[in-house]
Amino acid sequence: MITSKDVEHVAKLARLALTEDEKRLYTDQLSRILEYFAQLNAVNTDGVEPMSHALPVVNVLREDVVETPPGHKTLLATAPDAETVTSSAPDGTEESKSFFRVPKIGD
Amino acid sequence: MKYETVIGLEVHAQLKTKTKIFCRCPTEFGAAPNDQVCQICLGMPGVLPVLNKKAVEHAIKAGLALNCEISETTKFDRKNYFYPDLPKGYQISQYDAPVCMSGHLMIDGKKIRIHRAHLEEDAGKLVHAGAAGLHGSDYSLVDFNRSGVPLLEIVSEPDITSPEEAKNYLTELRNILRYIDVCDGNLEEGSFRCDANVSLRPVGQKELGTKAEIKNVNSFRAVQKAIQSEIERQSKILDDGGRVVQESRLWNEADGKTHSMRSKEEAHDYRYFPDPDLVPLSIESAWIAEIRATLPELPEEKRQRYVNSHGLSLDDAAVLAESKDLADFFDETLKLGANAKLAANLLIGPTTAYTNDNKIEFTETKLTAKNLADLIAAIDSGKLGSTNAKKLLLDLLATEGDVNKVIEEKGLAQLSNEDELRKMVEDVLAKSQAQVEQYRSGKTKIRQFFFGEVMKISKGKANPEVTNKILDELLPQPEST
Repeated sequence: MITSKDVEHVAKLARLALTEDEKRLYTDQLSRILEYFAQLNAVNTDGVEPMSHALPVVNVLREDVVETPPGHKTLLATAPDAETVTSSAPDGTEESKSFFRVPKIGD
Repeated sequence: MKYETVIGLEVHAQLKTKTKIFCRCPTEFGAAPNDQVCQICLGMPGVLPVLNKKAVEHAIKAGLALNCEISETTKFDRKNYFYPDLPKGYQISQYDAPVCMSGHLMIDGKKIRIHRAHLEEDAGKLVHAGAAGLHGSDYSLVDFNRSGVPLLEIVSEPDITSPEEAKNYLTELRNILRYIDVCDGNLEEGSFRCDANVSLRPVGQKELGTKAEIKNVNSFRAVQKAIQSEIERQSKILDDGGRVVQESRLWNEADGKTHSMRSKEEAHDYRYFPDPDLVPLSIESAWIAEIRATLPELPEEKRQRYVNSHGLSLDDAAVLAESKDLADFFDETLKLGANAKLAANLLIGPTTAYTNDNKIEFTETKLTAKNLADLIAAIDSGKLGSTNAKKLLLDLLATEGDVNKVIEEKGLAQLSNEDELRKMVEDVLAKSQAQVEQYRSGKTKIRQFFFGEVMKISKGKANPEVTNKILDELLPQPEST
């Protein structure tokens, strides 16, 4: 059974702010999903290898060869927020560094 | 109360690949921020990571060098947590099927077990710009160049019992990874990073005490100091009847203390699950054998061979084996027939002093194995005295040259001709009548004076053995006192 405490925990890990109504809604929905897994649990899986992937494929590998990346201009143009910091060296030359700007997440 | 220290170390070693672990971005250090990133390592929707074969081979090679079992099948999992340096909201790592399991390495004859080693991707780097710093602002600047750089996380068992042993473990581990050329072990550039789990327990107690994890230790010296300070902190808590809190602590080099990182109550719920974007990896024994065949002789094997086959002391063997460059050079010199002990002495003493004084790496010197072997042959045959041998070695470290030619040109050859030496000794004695009288009267310590004069006249070239023999012959019999 899922309790509203479990929902609060998962929501916190996912950085989601839920209203009391949402907590009730998700507690109910998640419980029903888990009940479905309980049905699956009834199947006897003794001697069945655990499966980590749906495709019967292994070892998809590539060689260690560089492909020139798009560069910060292209990628930062797609970002919701970016910042270029310009600093000048003692000899007068200016250096710009471009960064992604992300909201501060965490406690 | 007396406590026993229990230490486990987690090392993140950057694997030496040209590209990242799941995309083709370059991994070179020092690029402009965000110039080595692409859609994949930024975690954009719809992209597909593809595993770098080289990273897997390096991981297997490291596992073999660390005496690990290599898993037949392994897979990648998502480790879910939110942090601004992690673009996807999860890190691709390995949870319950790491590529390497149960290995060990040896330090000073003691076996330190390795619990596991697994592949994972590095995160980006937060840049705390502005005077307000990270805590003062509501956003972070991120450079994702490191995001997706391949790492091998190597986790030791809690077999380490002192700060010094921790340092030795790290030194040996880094050395092994450098020997097999899978990691450059550069602490300043972050390609070899270490976290230390430290706990105390009363001597004799079996179960482990509560541990604290120390982060941010970026030199071997700092590891020792951080662990020492943590031992003192925990001892005090336990002595006062308190209880150690399980948490992450940050080492602060400036005040020499570890500081609590404000333990997040739900920090350790990573909700791992297999990454559906990556298929499992099956490592066949033929592939392992192929990689095993590329393993060079490892530091421990070198030390054993130097001691057992070449008669070196364990200390000398350890100094040589600590640098693959030095050890390979030593081996090459031996192949040219050089006397092992002389070669070791010259490489460890004057050569190391020279590289330290000039702040250069051994490979930056001009010394060749052939020159060292020739030099040793000249010493062995008596052609070169030890003083001039050291002088010549310094020349050969600084400039290229042919040993035998330089000996001729600089007139460094040892003088062993008895007739010539006899003439020199006679001259010295004739000029030093007063000292000869003193000697005769029993002050035999003055013998050193005659020896020194002969050396002076011969410009250090006189063969000491022959000189002493002639002195014995020509000096008068001292009166017994």
